Amino acid sequence: MAASLTRRTLWTQYKLFYRKSLRFFTISANHTSENGNKTTKEDVRTTHFGFESVAEKEKEDRVYEVFQNVATRYDLMNDAMSVGIHRLWKDYFMYKLSPLPGTELIDVAGGTGDIAFRFLKYVESQQQSASPEDKHNMSRSKNIELSSDSSSTNSDSTSNDDEVSETHTGSESHVTVCDINQSMLDVGKMRAKENGIYHGISWLKGNAESLPVKDNTFDAYTIAFGIRNCTHIDKVVSEAYRVLRPGGRFMCLEFSQVHYPFLQRLYDAYSFQVIPVLGQVLAKDWKSYQYLVESIRQFPDQEDFKDLIKHAGFCNVTYENLTFGVVAIHSGFKL
Amino acid sequence: MGSTCICKRFSYAKYAYFRRILHNRDISKVVLNRNNYSTTTNKDLDEEPEPVLSFQYDKLYPGHIPTTLFQKGLLTIGSAFMSLYDPSRDDMISTLGETTGYPALRWMRQKMLQDPVGRQILEEKPVINSSTVSIDYLGNLPEGTFGKEYWKFLSKNGFSPDARLPVHFVDDEELMYVMLRYRQVHDLFHTILGMKPNMLGEVAVKWFEAVQTRLPMCIMGATFGPLRLGPVHRQRYINTYLPWAIRCATNTKFLMAVYFEKHWQEDLVELRKELNIEPAPVFKKTGSS
Repeated sequence: MAASLTRRTLWTQYKLFYRKSLRFFTISANHTSENGNKTTKEDVRTTHFGFESVAEKEKEDRVYEVFQNVATRYDLMNDAMSVGIHRLWKDYFMYKLSPLPGTELIDVAGGTGDIAFRFLKYVESQQQSASPEDKHNMSRSKNIELSSDSSSTNSDSTSNDDEVSETHTGSESHVTVCDINQSMLDVGKMRAKENGIYHGISWLKGNAESLPVKDNTFDAYTIAFGIRNCTHIDKVVSEAYRVLRPGGRFMCLEFSQVHYPFLQRLYDAYSFQVIPVLGQVLAKDWKSYQYLVESIRQFPDQEDFKDLIKHAGFCNVTYENLTFGVVAIHSGFKL
Repeated sequence: MGSTCICKRFSYAKYAYFRRILHNRDISKVVLNRNNYSTTTNKDLDEEPEPVLSFQYDKLYPGHIPTTLFQKGLLTIGSAFMSLYDPSRDDMISTLGETTGYPALRWMRQKMLQDPVGRQILEEKPVINSSTVSIDYLGNLPEGTFGKEYWKFLSKNGFSPDARLPVHFVDDEELMYVMLRYRQVHDLFHTILGMKPNMLGEVAVKWFEAVQTRLPMCIMGATFGPLRLGPVHRQRYINTYLPWAIRCATNTKFLMAVYFEKHWQEDLVELRKELNIEPAPVFKKTGSS
């Protein structure tokens, strides 16, 4: 009897100690429980901006501002926050896409060009490793496709808002990088120049919810770490459906929910305690990185997003978790 | 006998445990709410998102960013490395000062409250920037006045009273003001001590501030600053400036409790006498120390 009591007190003492240590991870500032401005059934529709509630029209501007501020340090911060793992994720993403040479890809919210450069490298390495016969076959099939389309000149111009029709002669793979934010595109163009990439890439400024592109234009649509910043995710997915050719593939790489309790706590602790601090130290910007980690929590989880994609009309929708669910690759086909 | 002791311990533990839960419920609401949000489901998004007690920026003062103790620790380490790696990042130095300065700020506030003028400063919270202090007015003052010397200091070196960075990471409004005041009167310290803004002068002022304010950032700056001095300056520093700075700091009045804005027209020499400041060492152009 006495022994079991002592055991229990030890356990409660351990719990006390654990709760005491939580003190280090809680904010000591005086937070009173205000209810804030609860927008009831007003005309202004609200959405979430991180954990904040903002008017829908405002969200786009605020996201724009965030990326304007982070553009120059975007790549550095990605490396710092994910300890370089984001490169592996993107490499795997491209491997999953496995584009054939001659593919036309649109990379939305692809500002600094990470996916676009990987795409070009991938198709180049495919072409190099392919035997001459395969190359001939590939170009022949491409020409058959093209002869049925209307041929218009390839527009490699930068940042035009007009509708762009992307048809290319020959078996040239092409990627169109689309982003709503000009600063991100500028950083991407600079990187392209630094890496000596001039052909096969074009830059387009546009909103993912209403792309300045004709229907049935692209073979593949990718969006990496961009969709959670959009105000209407369903609109983005429907636009993706619209611009893809039949047989085209939609692929989305995005932060998702971790469903393992212990890891989730660890991930939350890392996200909320470490990442804003990194943002302040490396990029002088606490608030943008606080928004980042909050927006990850607000994004629907793997299954819900899969349903959303199905709802837009895509078939054979699958997802794959990377790093225990920190990141997920969703894929769907337009048939 | 033994069992009653154990029973007492057990019931105290239980009581302390429940008390801790109630206490934590108040201060850890932020963490709990975040955990709720981390498993979002679409059905929850149909209802209004509850206004979470999440990140309330500018809650205590404009520019306030609430941080946990762990984050403050990380910020300290990160800003220490960053300020060494990239000395142009002055915001890192100020962050380091803010995260490490609590005990010193509390001590300073206590000392200010003991002095009537200090109490007045804490109540009125005067701010020195170009809207509260007219540069032209300072320039038009007669020679030898404190205001005119300050104006000379600013214009000769191209400084502006607006250049001081805002405070972000201090979780108390009054302590935030003390920190802000410290930053803003730094240039005034230069003037009143007669120190130029070169490395030697900066180190001397840092020593002075370290003794007067006890801020860890000042102590660090004062200790590591001299490492960058050239040989001539280092000699002067060791032989003259260092002992003078420490002597001066211990004998002078507590300068944080001085309402500098009311002394613009006063003669600088008189002011120094009033505050018991030992005149700065002077070196002739021949360079002999």
